[in-house]
Amino acid sequence: MQREWDPRMPVPAGVGIDRRRFISAALGGLAIVYGAERAGLTDQMLGDGVAQAAALHGAHDRILVSLFLQGGIDSLSLLAPAGDPLYTKLRPTLAVAPGSGVQFREDPSLTWHPMAASLAELHNAGKVLVFPGIGYAGEDMSHFTSRHYWEVGATDASLTTGWLGRYLDIVGNPHNPLQGLSLDGQMNPTLATTRQPVAAIDQPNNFAVWINGLWGDSAQWALQSASTLGDAQRHAADPAIQQVAAAASEVGIVRRTLKPWAGKSSASKPGSNPGAAYHAKVAYPASSSDDLPARLAGLAAMIDRGVPLHCVALSTGVQFDTHSGQAGTFNSGVKLVADSLAAFQADLEARGIDQRVLVHVWSEFGRRAQENGSDGTDHGAAGMSLLIGSRVRGGMIGEFPALNRLDANGNQRVNVDFRGVYASLLEQWFNHEAAAIIPGAGRFHRYRLLA
Amino acid sequence: MSTLPPSPSTVYTGPFGEAQATRLLWRAGFGPRPGDAERLARLGLDAAVSSLTRPAEPAQLLDRPPHDDKGHPLDPLNVWGQDHCWWLDRMVRSTHQLVERMTLVWHSWFATSEEASNARLMINQNWTLRRNALGNFHQLLSDVTIDPAMLLWLNGNTNNRYAPNENYGREMFELFTLGQGRGYDQHDVHQNARALTGWTNDWSDSRGPINFRFDPKLHDDGVKRIFGQTGRFNWKDSVRLAVTHPSHPSFFVGKLWAYFVGAELPARTAHELELAYVRSGFEIRPVVEAILRHPLFYEGPRLVTPPVVWTAGLLRASRQTITTTDWAWIAQLTGQVLFQPPNVAGWNYAQWLDTSRWAGRLQAVNTALARHTLDGKHYPFGIDETASQAYEHALAFWGGQPLSDTAQRHLLKLSRRFARGQHQPWQQVPFRNLRQNALRALVPMTPDWMTA
Repeated sequence: MQREWDPRMPVPAGVGIDRRRFISAALGGLAIVYGAERAGLTDQMLGDGVAQAAALHGAHDRILVSLFLQGGIDSLSLLAPAGDPLYTKLRPTLAVAPGSGVQFREDPSLTWHPMAASLAELHNAGKVLVFPGIGYAGEDMSHFTSRHYWEVGATDASLTTGWLGRYLDIVGNPHNPLQGLSLDGQMNPTLATTRQPVAAIDQPNNFAVWINGLWGDSAQWALQSASTLGDAQRHAADPAIQQVAAAASEVGIVRRTLKPWAGKSSASKPGSNPGAAYHAKVAYPASSSDDLPARLAGLAAMIDRGVPLHCVALSTGVQFDTHSGQAGTFNSGVKLVADSLAAFQADLEARGIDQRVLVHVWSEFGRRAQENGSDGTDHGAAGMSLLIGSRVRGGMIGEFPALNRLDANGNQRVNVDFRGVYASLLEQWFNHEAAAIIPGAGRFHRYRLLA
Repeated sequence: MSTLPPSPSTVYTGPFGEAQATRLLWRAGFGPRPGDAERLARLGLDAAVSSLTRPAEPAQLLDRPPHDDKGHPLDPLNVWGQDHCWWLDRMVRSTHQLVERMTLVWHSWFATSEEASNARLMINQNWTLRRNALGNFHQLLSDVTIDPAMLLWLNGNTNNRYAPNENYGREMFELFTLGQGRGYDQHDVHQNARALTGWTNDWSDSRGPINFRFDPKLHDDGVKRIFGQTGRFNWKDSVRLAVTHPSHPSFFVGKLWAYFVGAELPARTAHELELAYVRSGFEIRPVVEAILRHPLFYEGPRLVTPPVVWTAGLLRASRQTITTTDWAWIAQLTGQVLFQPPNVAGWNYAQWLDTSRWAGRLQAVNTALARHTLDGKHYPFGIDETASQAYEHALAFWGGQPLSDTAQRHLLKLSRRFARGQHQPWQQVPFRNLRQNALRALVPMTPDWMTA
């Protein structure tokens, strides 16, 4: 099956649907690149792997998007027990005022932060599942350790593969790096695999690869040469050589897949911008400091085009590590995240692909209940996670960790283990046994996540 | 040139040729300029290491000073991105290569971002790190603890007796001196934050944060209990307690080793280096000298060269200096902007490459080649050049560092493809230009050239 192919050629055996028809319908302009180039090169054959993956899975595979809120977001501000005298005492300058935001449907004593209004609205529409007290026992208040635990899906400092990376290692396609796509402009550790290829881009329209001073076919020859050298050395004995070679090898595939969009502008709102790589179906928020809206808009467009994505990971540009002057960073950051997520969901719905996508929002921990005197908060324990999507069973799992039962460090106590949520996601969203992916999966509770 | 004292650990006794010298120049500096590896190899191991760790002359900046795209001198304090270019220039031109490299190590170790301050305070901190680059770690930690950019970055300036802020107190143990969970707990972190109270500053609308100082009125002078010891500790005590904690020497040696060597640190070597470190009173230089002479430095696996080191190496290898400030945004694409580490843990040295950052490095090569793109009517090496001569010319453009057989085979195949592609006489010169442009772009993108 791994041979040169062209959309005009007959469909090879083993591909379940009429590829040409599929490609023209789903991949649209993106398919042209596969047929346009002369082959015989391994990275070209790998490119076929993407096309095959697209043909086999692209249009119906479920996609999980992991969004990391960097720095430990203050869940006690995001969903606040406004009006609780103890809360006001712990948060003299930062407390959310009663009535300033939307009341939380499952627990009327809680109020959504006013800047998270779009999230509250999505929650009331039944498309957000909230975990208000998530974490793990023996909370580690280090950013890096706690984040690492969440990334690898285990409280194990020595694990080097991400939890979604291990899943892809089992179910992934050895020729499709787009199955595990980081949208951070660099590899997201959640997707770190040992065997299967994965890729990192920033936005689909600005993955630019060219060489100055080349024209005609020569640029393609040179770039192909770099990728085939990568193919040849990606299993070299030396791990440093491997790292560079794997990137070079995967660049060839990503380059061809995204070529029709390369160098074009993005349009994060509907309207006629003829030169744009894609048009969002709804307006995303404008932001000069964090391109999260543009990355999510590009993601929706890629899914719509049939790019064979399966697991996607990205991080906010905003840092929620608010040790001082919390209100400024938190308010604008939460508004950007909430509005971007709401726009993404609306975009998916407008494109008719919302049934295929689930967004998991997480942070490494919550913050100390007592504010610290720099108008900020120090590192805490229990925090908040969200699951967003049309297929989600909207509501709440676990409960709000009471402020009169803080732990010895003055932090909120955990009532849902994040590994139980990971295991439930694998089993219910990907229909895959969790035991092979989450260490000790059997020990964790399962939660009903889908409607 | 001073001679080196005996190493506290095993010393490499194999051949010290250009290959070993090249690795040393990439790991203890910013790569060789043409001829550097040969010169260093002639010195032999000890003198080669000593030339880096104990340079005889004061630092000099060689060749032409940096300038922006219009030929104006850099303005690192006031123009976005020019702070990055300013330090990149020192990496390219300084004769004290290891001092600059150690400064980069400390920048990642005590990762501070200008997001919390400004270029002026970051460059002041940079001089503090450079001054202590091969000096004493106790002194370095003292200086960093009260460095204005660090006080702003980890909230030391708002940590006071009324409201202790744990940010610096925690990272000091976790990232700077002891390592996560190695002999301290949350109680120690909190007490450490109390000991560190008292630093503050003023704000000027025109100049930003100014007048950093210790104000005894803001210091909590009560009794603290840290690591089981009790006293009215202040910030100096906090630094002393961290450096003399039993977990510190192994943390220091292990972390420093990993910046230079790809192989695991053997237990015996660790013990030898820790002992030397403690006995010297926390001197950095003897540990670095032992690492640079260790057999595993030369015999262990390769390391991916960090993006900013590789970028400086491109310019050094092709004898160029900073003539554009494009390097600032290119640094973002390659994944390493100076004065903007991703977070307080510094850069992740284990994972420098993926599809996105590989594409960013190709942009860096394009920029390094901007003034060397061939498109004239006369091909400089003559139209009789063979495919393998073209390859040799491209290699020589980057100083002649040899590639592996695999890389050579692929580039020669590409070179021959250009020969096949031409059919008309008018194509001879353009195709040779294209061939040389392609080969020059690909040599530093090979896995060999990106690792050392």
